[in-house]
Amino acid sequence: MPYSIVESCVKCHACSPACPNGAIYETTAHFMVDPKKCTECEGDYADPQCASICPIEGAILNGFSEVANPPGSLTGIPPEKLAEAMAEIQAR
Amino acid sequence: MELKVLDQPETGGGCSSGSCGSTDDQLSHLPDAIREKVHNHPCYSEEAHHHFARMHVAVAPACNIQCHYCNRKYDCANESRPGVVSELLTPDQAVKKTMAVAANIPQMTVLGIAGPGDPLANPERTFETFRQLSEKAPDIKLCVSTNGLALPAAVEELSKHNIDHVTITINTVDPEIGAKIYPWVFWNNRRIKGKKGAKILIEQQQKGLEMLTEKGILVKVNSVMIPGVNDDHLKEVSKIVKQKGAFLHNVMPLIAEAEHGTFYGVMGQRGPTHDELQVLQDACAGDMNMMRHCRQCRADAVGLLGEDRGEEFTMDKIEAMDIDYEAAMVKRAEVHAAIANELEQKNNQPNESLVTLSSIKKKDTRPVLMAVATTGGGVVNQHFGHATEFLIYEANTTDVRFISHRKVEDLYCSGGDTCGDGETVLQKIIKVLDGCEAVICSKIGYEPWSQLEEAGIMPNGEHAMEPIEEAVAAVYKEMIESGVLDEAESDAELVTA
Repeated sequence: MPYSIVESCVKCHACSPACPNGAIYETTAHFMVDPKKCTECEGDYADPQCASICPIEGAILNGFSEVANPPGSLTGIPPEKLAEAMAEIQAR
Repeated sequence: MELKVLDQPETGGGCSSGSCGSTDDQLSHLPDAIREKVHNHPCYSEEAHHHFARMHVAVAPACNIQCHYCNRKYDCANESRPGVVSELLTPDQAVKKTMAVAANIPQMTVLGIAGPGDPLANPERTFETFRQLSEKAPDIKLCVSTNGLALPAAVEELSKHNIDHVTITINTVDPEIGAKIYPWVFWNNRRIKGKKGAKILIEQQQKGLEMLTEKGILVKVNSVMIPGVNDDHLKEVSKIVKQKGAFLHNVMPLIAEAEHGTFYGVMGQRGPTHDELQVLQDACAGDMNMMRHCRQCRADAVGLLGEDRGEEFTMDKIEAMDIDYEAAMVKRAEVHAAIANELEQKNNQPNESLVTLSSIKKKDTRPVLMAVATTGGGVVNQHFGHATEFLIYEANTTDVRFISHRKVEDLYCSGGDTCGDGETVLQKIIKVLDGCEAVICSKIGYEPWSQLEEAGIMPNGEHAMEPIEEAVAAVYKEMIESGVLDEAESDAELVTA
């Protein structure tokens, strides 16, 4: 089941050279995974490379359409703390 | 190598005892070969930054680590801090932009690649840019700034491209502390979190530093001062990186606001106060040369330090420009020679501030911080109301030295309704000038005058067009003679206590 990239991608380019299959390409909106080429890095690496280098939580989905890097897992910011800060900024 | 201590108020006379800002004393301990490389680099010399410009091209979007002061989602045209950028360029576009800027701003001597990610995590894009520029614009110095993770692997390639300056951001040499700054690194095809990841990063940084100095490539070390995390530890970092051959250490304040969406911003980690930063910079100065004029530029900054002319050089504008670089190089050489000549003449002049300070009789008078409004050139030449930043100088009875710059307005942000909290601009400036007892500018209006005076900051518009150090020395002498420093003594102690 191929990985995929969704619209929260910020186009930082990190995943594309990391992909052993050349499966990642750029579009105007964000980067995309070619499902025909994606192997989940099986046989090449222990971990899927795109999901291991991507800095944006939620931007990459695994083969089961689950978020590979859930909120807080990369930044260390507890999701409730982030929501609190956002609400405070909105209120200003 | 014997390093000169920056602040020795009790020994020697005047400028001989420290960095005046008007001379290259900051770099005076360096061998001639290194001075030759850095004398016209605005980021390395206090003096050069008034006269020479630099630019960054944003060709390197990917990063191989996460830092708690960085948020990869952020981009705002009103913001000015590292890692933020408006327009990502391809290497071809970056080369075009660099040559267009070099032709239009002949004072531009340095092209740096600093991000918005890590240049060495984008080796193809970074080195393609350097390759083309070494060939097409040989009169531009190239430099690169990195977190160090991919540095050892890149040293060989770096040495091929005539890159004689590399900046490594080193915030710690201790994995325990590193784990509080770097949540993860991408290493050997895995994301490695916590202390283990930090340890790898630290090892690579130190190895890269050693490899570069072995090759004769100049290394500057940047450190972000994070109160309660690495502040005390940075003194040790300073010692170690100097031992390994770094020629400059730049301690910068943490920039953290909740609206940046960074870990530190959201978690309420504060940045250092002006005072804390200065104390740490002074403490590190004994071990190694410090850089105090750093403006913490954006990854796509263009122009003199403290100004950003990036808007004049967006890709659509550059496409419309027709650049004859051969002709531009001739003009650039003329401009550079004229600046070098001007600086030489200035440095050969007897330093008037020496005379002013040596005539001070009360040698036990305490030092004073002053703010100066200038648009560059090393002279007092800006109207108070036009200043977007102030240079902070300290005067004592033997010396005038440059301490730092402070930006006006909501820190690092100049727009949007979300930033303000109802203070007037003047009130904000007064806050920015905290700790200063005088502000020297070319002119100042009546209203700010009285409010500044009320806040204990004496405005002074009587030294317009004078060299900054001379003006600061003169105002200091006036303050001593008027007795204002005797009276203010007890108040000042109360404030700092």
